[in-house]
Amino acid sequence: MIAFLIKRLFHALLVMFVISLIAFSIQDNLGDPIQQMVGQSVPESEREALREELGLNDPFMVQYLRFAKNAAQLDFGYSYIFNEPTTEVVMRHLPATLELVAATTLLIVLLSVPIGVYSAIKPRAWLSRFFMGASIVGISIPVFLTAIVLIQLFSIGVSWTPFPADSGWGSWLNGVISTEGGMPAYGRGDPVHVFGTWYTNFASTEGLVYLVLPAISLASIMLPLFIRLIRAEMLEVLQSEYVKFARAKGISLRRIYFLHALKNTMLPVITVGGVQIGTLVAYTILTETVFQWPGMGLMFLNAINRSDIPLIITYLMIVGLIFVITNTLVDLIYGMVNPTVKLTGKPA
Amino acid sequence: MTTETSPLQAPPLPSRWERLRDSYLLYSFKRDPIAQLSLLVFIVFVTGAVLAPWLAPMNPYDLAQIDILASELPPFWIEGSDPAYMMGTDAQGRDLLSTILYGARVSLIIGFGAVALQALLGVVFGLMAGYLGGRIDAFLMRLADIQLSFSTLMVAIVVGALVKAIFGGATFSSYAVPLLVLIIGLAEWPQYARTVRASVLAEKGKEYVDAARTMGLPSRRIMFRHILPNTLSPIFVISTVQVANAIISEAALSFLGLGMPETHPSLGSLIKSGFDYIQSGSWWITLIPGAVLVVLVLVINLLGDWLRDVLNPRLYKG
Amino acid sequence: MSLLEVNQLDVRFALRHGDVRALRDVSFTLDRGERLGIVGESGAGKSVAAFSLLNLIAKPGYIAGGSIRFDGQELIGMRDRTLRRVRGNRISMIFQDPMMTLNPVLSIGEQMVECLKAHRRIGRREARAIALRKLEQVHIPSPEARLDQYPHELSGGMRQRVIIAIALLLDPDIIIADEPTTALDVTIQAEIMDLLLELCEKHNVGLILITHDLGVVSQVTQRMLVMYAGRVIEQGPTREIINDPQHPYTQGLMNALPQMATPGSRLNQIPGSMPSLDNLPSGCAFHPRCGFTRRPDGSERTACRTQVPEFVASGNCQAACHMVAEMLDQERIPAQETTR
Repeated sequence: MIAFLIKRLFHALLVMFVISLIAFSIQDNLGDPIQQMVGQSVPESEREALREELGLNDPFMVQYLRFAKNAAQLDFGYSYIFNEPTTEVVMRHLPATLELVAATTLLIVLLSVPIGVYSAIKPRAWLSRFFMGASIVGISIPVFLTAIVLIQLFSIGVSWTPFPADSGWGSWLNGVISTEGGMPAYGRGDPVHVFGTWYTNFASTEGLVYLVLPAISLASIMLPLFIRLIRAEMLEVLQSEYVKFARAKGISLRRIYFLHALKNTMLPVITVGGVQIGTLVAYTILTETVFQWPGMGLMFLNAINRSDIPLIITYLMIVGLIFVITNTLVDLIYGMVNPTVKLTGKPA
Repeated sequence: MTTETSPLQAPPLPSRWERLRDSYLLYSFKRDPIAQLSLLVFIVFVTGAVLAPWLAPMNPYDLAQIDILASELPPFWIEGSDPAYMMGTDAQGRDLLSTILYGARVSLIIGFGAVALQALLGVVFGLMAGYLGGRIDAFLMRLADIQLSFSTLMVAIVVGALVKAIFGGATFSSYAVPLLVLIIGLAEWPQYARTVRASVLAEKGKEYVDAARTMGLPSRRIMFRHILPNTLSPIFVISTVQVANAIISEAALSFLGLGMPETHPSLGSLIKSGFDYIQSGSWWITLIPGAVLVVLVLVINLLGDWLRDVLNPRLYKG
Repeated sequence: MSLLEVNQLDVRFALRHGDVRALRDVSFTLDRGERLGIVGESGAGKSVAAFSLLNLIAKPGYIAGGSIRFDGQELIGMRDRTLRRVRGNRISMIFQDPMMTLNPVLSIGEQMVECLKAHRRIGRREARAIALRKLEQVHIPSPEARLDQYPHELSGGMRQRVIIAIALLLDPDIIIADEPTTALDVTIQAEIMDLLLELCEKHNVGLILITHDLGVVSQVTQRMLVMYAGRVIEQGPTREIINDPQHPYTQGLMNALPQMATPGSRLNQIPGSMPSLDNLPSGCAFHPRCGFTRRPDGSERTACRTQVPEFVASGNCQAACHMVAEMLDQERIPAQETTR
């Protein structure tokens, strides 16, 4: 266990080192921060002084060491746009993205496992065929387009909501979600403060309603992939000798499906899932842009458009850190589920 | 007492085997209406895109033809439409049908171009990693792992942002097509490399490779003349999926403003420019190009699905 | 009445271009505590026969007809829920490859306890105690520790012992063993076979042993069936068939044994290979490979090509062969003459 953790930690450090090198070369070579900070009218001498002051004229190694030292303390300098430390900017935007990813992950897990398992157990049922057909259509719709369609259908120019207005809870929900009718499609509403920079959408009905459309559109890209993956793996497992043997033992089908088969199915799904979390974070850039969701993705896009290099770098480093942490967690979970992996770093 | 083919029996001639496979391909194609329909739609798209300059009612790049007064006209089935603009017009008064034809052309060029680049990089790296093994393998696959764990889209966005920062917005716009091919090609080669490597590893263990090696053939020849032909069917299958992915990636980059400029739009940048007008009720400017994009990607994916079922190669998992 | 009576079992595989018949007219019986061997080349239908007894044939296979009576109950057409009470409880199975048979993600104890709990109302602790006792019976070293181990921590031979222990868990009436030693190292094969024999004798368990190994059959079983292309072609007491096989195919199998060959010469092979089930030759399915389709005087026995042979009794054995039938007829005529 400890050996495993040390090995993973070493691996994580290596990855972070590579990312920091990339991040630093971006900082070193790209964008003219002076231009961004002061504009055209400032004379060249003044710019040069500012450049010197910011340490932009030092040799590469000196700059990288300074960068690495600061990075270790999570200090990536000041954002040009916000004029405050980038770490603080990122920390302010992080909770929104994490909550969106959490809601999406929840949606994916809750839907993909039952649907995938069902369509593997009953591959010829019309419902399974429908799910398979729908999933290939789902894969073919870009996430930003799903978002736009959802906005058009449930928010704009449509004076209806999925909730019936004549029932008590329906009209109450309608009152909660919007004054003009339609689901809220922009921003996160008025999230509840938890602590520090963390405001949550999970604590109130209104907050949850604001999460609905962004989470659905973010899930729309990954859900079909997971359904297809779970179905394919499950179909393979159901052909295995140990499933036949379990049947020969007289075990109930329910136990065979949901213990014997599902546990083996989930092993590859967990591995793929870990990688897909990375993809999910990338897709938040698109979803947040469409829904004006005030998270890191939207912040990153603004930083790109305005060449806020320190903020871009901070984003890359933080996202890299998130990936490294989730990958380690996924490996840990995999090791716990799969008895053939001893957590010593190599298979037994 | 298993029935094994005797080692003395000569293997069937490759050309005949290929002919057999082709006929099976054709056979299952004839039996699959979805595949037929998909191919038909795809051919229509490609023809429309290739012939766009002759088919399109107007040239959307030619400012002289644009009538700003005819902006935001709805498509023909909605009241207030102008028969001159069947699919309506966008906010600048460009005929939507024409911009879509030209946009599909740009999307397809970038999609195929990016896949050609990916395939080149991926096949060469995958063969090297799988055949040579050792440090080259470890380095290339670690690189692929890191890139994949960041997801190809993220890599494309970052590379796109960097390229745009290096060249500046104006230069980027004028060289957008080759730059996007480069960006998407660089971002998505790992998929190919891993698939090729996996099938190389599987092929490498087989006797014909040993035989070729004992005959003293140079490894470059063994890789390209002996192993590569046997990895073709997985390459073929993922190529279809990768074209669909590349088209979506291009659309995503354009939607984020890191792709094709609005003056020279792809389907993605058409969706982006229309999105600003969705609040004013002109949904068609964004959703009609959107629907076209979805149908294009869907038929490619359906063809890919069909190919995978027919050729059934062992694809790299995960 | 025997414990198990299989009559005219007909199993088919529904394929796109029509049904393929995997078993035809398979009939046999098994008495309590009896050991029966089913022998044949791969593809002859031995495993299909074994799996169809508990209706465990994988799709697209299905039982098209016949009867399987076990302890007076008809198993064909029984609801899966009811049949489940027989599976693993009164008839249990041992599979071919122990490396694939145990679920890799569940502990040995879990896989034993679940089987007990599926058939008996007992607590976990009690079930573990029974499991432990069975592991002791199959001579597994430190059985207590094994319960919490996972399959990958055990060798192939150990795993097959565990599987035998699982098969014995509920003191079944019959064990069906489908090539139980084929996948094991040669050195362990005999050990496992001896163990299986010992346990069956000790607990008076009936055994249906499916194998292609005539040596094993002759050591372990009392009666045997020989199968070819989905049919039983010869059956009877093992000793008699081994000593004096009637059917040319069985003779061929016996001659192909290494101990039957002169050292230094090539093994005696049956020429050709078994036909595929969807393209069986007419008449006797074995006739294209058979060396006895012509009489000693050189004339052709046309029935071999045109008629499916019926069983004829020769002593305690039965063989389905036109040549055997003719020879028996010829023997009977002089015998009648001498009594006259």
